[in-house]
Amino acid sequence: MTPALPALLPLPLSDAAFVLVLGLLLLAPLALAGVALLNTGLGRSRSAAQSLLGSLAIVAVAAIAFALLGATFAGTADSPSHTLHIAGTSWNWLGAGPFFLAGLGKASAPSQLGLLFEFLAVALAALIPWGSGADRLRLTAGCAVAAVLAALVFPLFAHWTWANGWLAQLGLNFSLGSGFLDPAGAASIHVLGALCALAVVWIAGPRKGKFPQGGFATAMPGHNAVYILFGCLLALAGWLAFNVAGAVLWMHAPLAALPVAAVNTLLSASGAVAATFAVTRIRFGKPDASLCANGWLSGLVASSATAALVTPLQSLMIGLIAGVLTPLLVEVLELAVSIDDPSGAIAVHGAGGLWGLIAAGALAPQSGQFLAQLVGIAALLGLGLPLVYLLFWLVNRWLPLRADQDGERIGMDLHELGGGAYPEFVIHRDDSYR
Amino acid sequence: MKYAGLLVLPAGFFLALAALVLFPANSAGARAGFVLCGLAVEAVGLVVAARGHLEAQSHKAHGDDRA
Repeated sequence: MTPALPALLPLPLSDAAFVLVLGLLLLAPLALAGVALLNTGLGRSRSAAQSLLGSLAIVAVAAIAFALLGATFAGTADSPSHTLHIAGTSWNWLGAGPFFLAGLGKASAPSQLGLLFEFLAVALAALIPWGSGADRLRLTAGCAVAAVLAALVFPLFAHWTWANGWLAQLGLNFSLGSGFLDPAGAASIHVLGALCALAVVWIAGPRKGKFPQGGFATAMPGHNAVYILFGCLLALAGWLAFNVAGAVLWMHAPLAALPVAAVNTLLSASGAVAATFAVTRIRFGKPDASLCANGWLSGLVASSATAALVTPLQSLMIGLIAGVLTPLLVEVLELAVSIDDPSGAIAVHGAGGLWGLIAAGALAPQSGQFLAQLVGIAALLGLGLPLVYLLFWLVNRWLPLRADQDGERIGMDLHELGGGAYPEFVIHRDDSYR
Repeated sequence: MKYAGLLVLPAGFFLALAALVLFPANSAGARAGFVLCGLAVEAVGLVVAARGHLEAQSHKAHGDDRA
């Protein structure tokens, strides 16, 4: 498939394309539902209700924060923006849209749909660190993290990528292909969400008993494989919506190219889960359900960068590589770097997203596209991680991210909600507290 | 050490950015080299930050054991 070149001003959408994109975006919340279920299933049973209520609260807080402040900074392709002039080049670095979504109803159709896409994208990004901080992150702290992400951090990268920001203009200003390409949020949603997850995990620390002194990391498996695997199927529906809608909105793909983007999404996830299935079977003798779920999700994440750009065979290969990398990286992060990430989000969304962005650059026919993707990745890692770490560190000073020891011992459900998710079941005592 | 690693990350980013400003479009090799150097600096920053995290965690675990 020949990639469509993103235009620097929003192209008018035909009525059919408008209806299609709107319909797809109304299905995109299934991705949020899938990730929320995955996060809950991968955590402990005694924190399940807090995890799912937290997901709801985080989506709500992210939407409100983005509406109040984030949408202004994110802007749209036809809204005003703040521009710096350095070395004879204009650097469009921040949106200057109207506050509180004023005039949204009168904006152009692509701008309205783009903003709806960003609302859903920021909610998905905010769920990623919540899964990594499972079983010890406080509900209010999770909401504060979501508010900071939605109001300050996500808008910056969304503007750079989707609203004629300096990354999108790398092609125009520096002859780097079509500029940084992120058709469905591999960078702005997934890599950014994974960087937030890393910052949260570093600040909050591991669950008690996860890394005993002088011993191996304690296995703390997810409590509900059904949630995890059903979450994967829900996520597929949401990802199809994000990837196809993103192809129309940000890549201006013609309607005839959309079925290929959908097929690519499915093939990437399928290749990834097949590869993870094989890797875990070879390593452990039997396939591992939670790692296979992680593999599936990493294939979907990689497709966020590539589905609108590559052929089905290339998409399958991208998924296969993502599926091999993910279980290995989950293990390395836990055993070698002592990162306690119950949902595996840092490997899934971080590595999967980075791999997708690199593959999109490597397989693009335009010269300079690979370098544009690398510059985008350098911006994400070089600015994104320090920025989110600093902001979450400040949040932690004001509102501690981590629950007290009692909360961890009795479970976040009882500690924060006063009741468990499964009141009729006897919960096992955890070995790490004996 | 973790903070030192986190401070190195923006340095890598500005190195990558400098490649675009300093080299014209026809010096693709030099540009790519500079950008790759920037990414390498970021990788070093990440490794240093991760090692700092490991050290801090190890100190904390020692403290917990004594308590």
